[in-house]
Formats: sequence, structure tokens, C-alpha cells
Amino acid sequence: MNAFLELRNLKTHFPVFRGTVLRKPAGAVRAVDGIELALEKGEILGLVGESGCGKSTLGRTVMQLIRNTGGSVLLEGRDLSQLRPRQLREERLNFQMIFQDPYASLNPRLTVFDALSEAIQTRGRLKRTALLNAVAELMSTVGLSPDQMRRYPHEFSGGQRQRIAIARALAPRPKLIIADEPVSALDVSIQSQIINLILRLCRERQLTMIFISHDISVVKYISNRIAVMYLGRLVEIGPAAEVVENPLHPYTRALVSAVPIPDPEREARRQRIILQGDPPSPLNPPQGCVFHPRCPYVKEACRQARPALEEKLPHRRAACIRVGEI
Amino acid sequence: MPLLSVENLKTYFYTRAGTVRAVDGVSFDLESGKTLGIVGESGSGKSVTCYSILGLVPQPPGRIVGGRALFAGVDLLACSKEQLRKIRGKRISMIFQDPMTSLNPYLRISEQLMEPLLVHERISRKHALNRAVTSLEEVGIQDAGRRVHFYPHEFSGGMRQRVMIAMALISRPEILIADEPTTALDVTVQAQILELIKQRQRELGLAVAFITHDLGVVASFCASVKVMYAGRIVEAGLTREIFARPCHPYNAALQQSIPALHEKGKPLFTIAGLPPDLSKPIPGCPFAPRCAYMLPKCQQTPVRLQGVTAHHETACLRFQVGEIGDLRHPLASVTA
Amino acid sequence: MSIETATVVPDAPVIQEAKLASGTSLWQDAWYRLQRNRLALGSLVFFCMMAVVCVLGPLFTGYTYEQTELSLKASAPLEPIIERTESVKNGAPRRSYLGLSSIEDEFLEKSPEERQAVVARIKRGEVVREDRFSYHLTRLKHRFGTDALGRDLLTRVLVGGQISLAVGFAATLVSVVIGVLWGAVAGFLGGKVDTVMMRLVDILYAMPFTVIVILLMVTFGRNFILLFVAIGAVEWLTMARIVRGQIISLKHQEFVEAAVSLGLSERTIILRHLIPNVLGPVIIYTTLTVPDVMLLEAVLSFLGLGVPPPMSSWGALLDDGARTMETSLWLLVFPALFFSSTLFSLNFLGDGLRDALDPKSSKD
Repeated sequence: MNAFLELRNLKTHFPVFRGTVLRKPAGAVRAVDGIELALEKGEILGLVGESGCGKSTLGRTVMQLIRNTGGSVLLEGRDLSQLRPRQLREERLNFQMIFQDPYASLNPRLTVFDALSEAIQTRGRLKRTALLNAVAELMSTVGLSPDQMRRYPHEFSGGQRQRIAIARALAPRPKLIIADEPVSALDVSIQSQIINLILRLCRERQLTMIFISHDISVVKYISNRIAVMYLGRLVEIGPAAEVVENPLHPYTRALVSAVPIPDPEREARRQRIILQGDPPSPLNPPQGCVFHPRCPYVKEACRQARPALEEKLPHRRAACIRVGEI
Repeated sequence: MPLLSVENLKTYFYTRAGTVRAVDGVSFDLESGKTLGIVGESGSGKSVTCYSILGLVPQPPGRIVGGRALFAGVDLLACSKEQLRKIRGKRISMIFQDPMTSLNPYLRISEQLMEPLLVHERISRKHALNRAVTSLEEVGIQDAGRRVHFYPHEFSGGMRQRVMIAMALISRPEILIADEPTTALDVTVQAQILELIKQRQRELGLAVAFITHDLGVVASFCASVKVMYAGRIVEAGLTREIFARPCHPYNAALQQSIPALHEKGKPLFTIAGLPPDLSKPIPGCPFAPRCAYMLPKCQQTPVRLQGVTAHHETACLRFQVGEIGDLRHPLASVTA
Repeated sequence: MSIETATVVPDAPVIQEAKLASGTSLWQDAWYRLQRNRLALGSLVFFCMMAVVCVLGPLFTGYTYEQTELSLKASAPLEPIIERTESVKNGAPRRSYLGLSSIEDEFLEKSPEERQAVVARIKRGEVVREDRFSYHLTRLKHRFGTDALGRDLLTRVLVGGQISLAVGFAATLVSVVIGVLWGAVAGFLGGKVDTVMMRLVDILYAMPFTVIVILLMVTFGRNFILLFVAIGAVEWLTMARIVRGQIISLKHQEFVEAAVSLGLSERTIILRHLIPNVLGPVIIYTTLTVPDVMLLEAVLSFLGLGVPPPMSSWGALLDDGARTMETSLWLLVFPALFFSSTLFSLNFLGDGLRDALDPKSSKD
């Protein structure tokens, strides 16, 4: 059986030029560098990593907002990166995105009605009354009062705007949702409302979702599986709870241990791994394992060869040669 | 005797929409060697509180309408600009959320580090440069002698925040005010920076006021906490008590809505509704409209912080009179 | 900003459109802010009045802009006008008009005493006959005086205003339409298209404008339409650059990515999502372009390249006035007053609009 969404050796490189007058290509930023990933229908995959690791670029590449420079994105067996612009525009209705910043993701000049009716009518024009009712229904679905459809985005709070953005993403009845840090700009008490909403909608509409976040505790709660990204590559992937509670890759360990726990008792007892330095630049990633300069368990072999993402335990894959030893 | 004592601070903003009571009667003390966490959501007034103390609130539209902030016998809210300038940056330093915007991109780090020394201590440039290099070494920047001459953009985000800390601490202040210093950073870098602040605090005996929205950071970092909501402190106490025994429904609800503490598959606990509009007067408890324990009296009776135990205060009327006790397992009020 | 509380709503009801609360758009918000800015609002009112007066005024002055009265020459504002009737054999009497200040020149053959007596009689309103000529005081008045050809200055200033404003607006309109579309397309498509389009702008920028206009005028003759085209062709360049910059910063905004994700066409994205969001800066720049263009027209007129006579424009009037300012200052003062007050009001309005449309840039 084919997977619902499959990424095969996906690469998104941005060329870098040197010089002002004579622009010479000088390498490439390897934002996404050879990602292999398969999602079942209805699955929620959490994608975590630090800023600059390429997780947002990966999301936008799947969305084809940025075209990949290598590999393929297969949605229900069809390669999105091979589609012609016109075909792609039609295909786009099947996958939609929820963005991070609810202040930037809504056109400030359009009312909620304008924004939602535009999204609804991508599936065909509607008569005025039908359209009004469709917008009203959509607004109620995401917990907004339809009385407010004539209002502009700036008249809503951050959480409400994110609801509008979610409604817009749902309007074309997509099958796949890419959520790029949809709650990280929101306050804690609003975050939980939005997470509940997204989960409810995924369940009701059997959506497949890639949930991108830097917050591993949010991802653990939401997703079935977690994929950890570092410098454009996946370093670990597996069932959510197992990855967080028993991380295999040293980077995942550090990531999990760096998250502060809102419980002073447990916080006092646990041991922290504090990594040295910052992630290296994706312009010239280190030789061998990309994590080796910061890894506390580094040995000579790590500097030589780049480890592949291999199955270490049932359903769990990690890209580290020392998994068994640590 | 506390190093800094803030009493009944009120900062209002006079805008088109009306008078926004951004900070409405906040009091706290800072003691040397201790870390005080000020936690709250956006709009709770936690940053404005600290900006008010240092005279950094833009006036107009802002105005400090009441209160005192006593530091070394001087009321910071009433003293002259000249006096305040001598204290700010010298005896009280501040670090901000975004290190890039608080460093001047056109000046070398060395210039920016030396500036407070040259202004406040009137030492020679050579001495100042030595101090600058030492201060960078102290915040864990290797090869400081060379990198002190870099421009801000040549450092990464985490490194820049280290530079900011070096800059804040170079004049050996007594108080450090940190306004969400790790919010813009990645978790692994955040862990480094928190560790660094802790270490410098131990070495210098600093009093730290740590402003954050992240309860997790508070739990790991602060000795005591003030929880702010709608411009007021609703609960205050030692960190472990705040977490182990929440005495205000807002604090309790906030902790409950953190995904990390939730079982998978169960809907997250949420606080219904939105924070109040601060441009309208709130006679009673500001959290009442969203509170699961609300009674009619909560919305009318003025509330004030009252001790529950020696180190724990709450501004919840019903908790104070003992009508409600254990808040850790409240009624599930789940909405999507 | 008002915050409305979200409530969970029962099953979707039938929506009655009329009952919906309507929100305040950013435009309404800006209008509100503009209304609070006294100076800008005053300028707007003043400017509208100026436009109305220039359009309707010439109908009520009693003169036309091209009607000459050579004998009247440059009469001062409100100077009494004397009608001179010359009886002609075998025909109707010939009428002409003189200003009071030049009436003495008519009687140069008389002694000074006699001359003053005659002038005094005329002033009193008597009809004075002298040879074939008879003189009498009229009730005619030129409020702003007349120019060297005896044309009513008020009418000419108002008609000149029409031309100046028309040039200002038409050329600005041309520049806005071309500039916005050019900039938006270049900015949105990016890449090679952008490079080619913007290099063209650079090339046009590098051309010496005055020289081109002079060449155009010399080749095609002085022509009203040509003036529009010439000015519009220069002004759109800056507009295109401004719009391109704005579009480039907008196109990476998430709402544009969302529009792309919805599979909308590039046309829809540019017209519906991008351009409305750059209209703020465009409007601001436009209000500042209008005075710029009017000034440019004045410069060209000053160089003798403006509208062809007997048409007038503020620039042309200023040119005339400047030539005769030692003898008849009013010919300079009135056009200058109208012109500069209009420029002032447009600039104040532009400033006000910037504060209203882009509140972050202003002080409060």
C-alpha cells in the first residue's frame, strides 16, 4: 500500500552568491537535505527542531510554496514537484497551511467574510445566500460568532485570528494540513484552546497533519509520531511518547532535557544536558554526523561518515552510530 | 531590608480608546542574591512594571500615576532624570528579549561594552577595553580578545544574548532586570543562557527580576514568583508553593493548560474567554469573568493580596475566606 | 482596538445580511485619524474649495481668460475703469477702456492744472467730451487687476488653476497607474522579469528630463497633451520603485503565501491581496506628487515650454508676473498666492495622510 504523503530524498537548497558586480555561485544553503518520510492517512506527525534547522522550509516545500531542488513530494502517489503550474494550482486545494503569526497571515484589508468566501469559492462559485451560510457555518465550526463576519482582522485578538486562519485553511476541504508553529505566538491559555480546536477538526475531518513546532511538549501531546530535525536532516523519528520519554539520538536527548518542566520538584531532581555552542550554519554543514561538534558522546567514527537514519528499535529510527552504546 | 522595594505602582496609558490601566497597584521587593520571577501572559503588565521602575515608559501616552520604588533611599519614580541616569545601567541593569534590537548594529561590541564604563567610571580606554574582554570571558565567549572587536551581526543569537548579559553586568550592578531574555532563543540555547545567568548571579550576588510568560522557566529558575494578570499581582509566593499549592484560580488554570502535563487523547484544559479590556475599570477581581469559581461578589468587591501562609499570598476572595481549597483538580471546563 | 468575546454558537442559523455588525476597515480608521488632524483636514477643505472655485469661478467673473483690452494695459486691482467712446464717421462708436491711473496720458496736450480738473470731473462721474472722444467712469471692476494685454487677472488665475490642477492630477494619475502596475508586477514576479523592468526604470531615470521635454516640445510643438505625457512619464519612475519595494516586503508575508496555497491566480493575488495593501504609501506619495507635478509644470512654463497662450496656468502667470514685477507687482502676487497656498495645503494633506494611514511612523 502506498503512503498518503511520501517525501523521497527531498532537497531544498538555496544558492548563495558572492560578489556584487560579478555574482558567482558560492555554494548553497542546504535548508532541507535529503528527507525521507511517509505519512499514513489520518496521521499527525510532529516535526521538531530549533530555529534554522529547516523545519519551516520543509513545510513550505511540501506546500510547494518553495519548489524543491531535488527528490519528490508524493501526495496520494502523485508527485507535486512535477506538476505544471496550472495543475498545481488545482491540486493545492488538497493541502493547506496554518501559519505561525496570526497577525501576518490574514490580509488586513479583507473582512472575515471576504477572506473565507474567497477560500470557499475555490471549490466553485456559490450564490450569495449559500455563500453567507457557508461562511457562517465555517465560523461556527472554529468557534467564532458568525455575527462578526463583517469585521476586519485587526478587530480580533490573536487567538481569534488564528481561528479565522484555521477556518480559511479548512474551507477548500483539504486532506493534508501543514501547521507551522500555529500556537507559538499565542499565550498559554489561548494555546490550549487552539490545540483542542485543531485536534478536534483533524479527528472530525480525518485530516493528515504535519505539525511543526519547536516546543517538544506540545508536539508530544498532539502527534502520533515525532520527527526530529537538525540542520536539514532527520535525526530521529518514532512514536511520540517513546521519542520524548526515551530518546535515542543524543540531540533529541538534549532537546528534551532542555525543556523546562513547570514543576519545581521534578525540575530539581532531573539532570540537564546543556549543549555547547550554537547549531552550525547550513551553508557548510560539518563533515560526518551533522551533530558531532556539539555531541557529548562524539567519537572518531562520528566525524568520518554520515550515519543513515536506521531502524534501531521497532518503529523507531535514529541517525546515530552509538545508539546501542549510550 | 530589601534592595529594591516597589510599592503600589500604577502606570496608566492614556489612549484614544480610553485609559488603559496597564499596571494597577503592583508591589514587590527584590533582595540581593535572590531571583524573583514575574510571570504573566501578554498584556498582563509584567514588562511595563519594570519599564516604569527604570523610567523607560514612553510619556505620553504612558504616565506613572502612583506608587514608589525605593532603591538605596531614592524613590526611582520621583527622582530627577540625572539621578536616574546614574543608577540605570550602573547599579540596575536590564536585558531585553531581542538582543539584535538592543545592540547598535553600527558599533563594534567593544565600543558598546566600554561605553558604560567610560560614562560612569571615567576610566581610561585601555582599562575599559581590558574590562570588556574580561566581561566577555566571564559570559563564556571564547577568544574574547579577538571577538570583542566584532560587530553584533557577526554573533549568533545565543552569543548576542551573552554579549547583552556581559554588557549589563560589566558595571557590576546590584540588580539585573531580565525581560524575557530567552523567549527568542531555542530551547538548547535557552538552557545555556539560564545557566549562565544563574552562575553570574552566584558570583556577583545579584538580585534578579526575571520577567517571563513561561511557567517552565520560572519553575527551574526562580526562588519566588509573582503571577500577574490584567495589571495586578494575583498570586505571589515561593516557587514550589505556587506550583504545589496554587491559591488563585488563574494560576491553577494556567498550570493546568500546559500540554506537557496532559495525558494524550484527553482534551487540553482551557481557560474560557479572553483577558479583560484594560481600558474599562474593573471593580472586582479581573479574572472573575473567566473563573470557574466565580460568585457575584467576585465582580464587585475590590480584592487585595492576602497571606495564606508565611510565604504565599493570593488575591482570590473566595480562597481568602476559605470557601475554596484545593484548586489542583478544578471542574473540567473544556471548550474548543 | 475593541476586543470582542468569542462565544460558541449554536447550529448555523440563517444569516440575515442586514443585521450583521460591520467592522471598521483600516480605511475608516485612517479617515478617523485624519479627521482629528486639524491642519490636514483644514487643508483638505481648503483644497476642495480651491478646486471648486477654479472650476466654477470663471463663469461668474464676467470676463473670459482670452478677452483682451489693449488700451487698459496692466491696471491695478480694483482700479476704477473709464470707458472711452470714439465716435466714428459712418459707423458705430468705438468703445475702449482705460484705467484711472493712465487717464492723464490722454490729455497730455493740456496744462497740468487743466488735466487735473478733467480727471477730477471724470472721477466725479461726469461725462467728459474731448474731440471725438467721450469719457465716463464705469462700474466695471477687475478685482485682481489686469495683465499687460488688459485681460482680467482673476479669471486668468482661476482658469490657470484649472490647468495646473488638471495637469497635476492627470499626470499624477498617469504616473500612479503605470507606476503601481509596473512596480507590482516587477516586485511580485521577481527574478529576471524584475531585473529587466527595473533596469528600464533606471535608464529612464538617467535621462536628463528637461532636455527631453525641450526636444519633445520643439519637435511636436507646444501641446497640452504632450505636457501630461512628458510629466507623467517621469513621475511614474519613483512610484514604480516605491511600489516594488513594498510588494517585495509584502510578498513574503504569510497572507500572500496563504493566497498562493489557495491556488489563486497571480492576477487575483496582485490585484486583491497585494495592491490594496500598498495603497497607503501610494496615496501618501500621490498627494506629494501632485504638488511636485504642478511645480514641474510651472518650471516648464517658466522656461516658456508650458501651455501655449492665450491659455494660462499658474506657472505661465508666474512667468508673466515675474517679468513685470517692478511695475505691476499684483501680476506676480496673486498667482503666487494661489499657487503656494495650494501647494501648502497639498503638502499638509500629504503629511496628515501619512500619519493617518501609517500610524507607526508618527509620533504618538
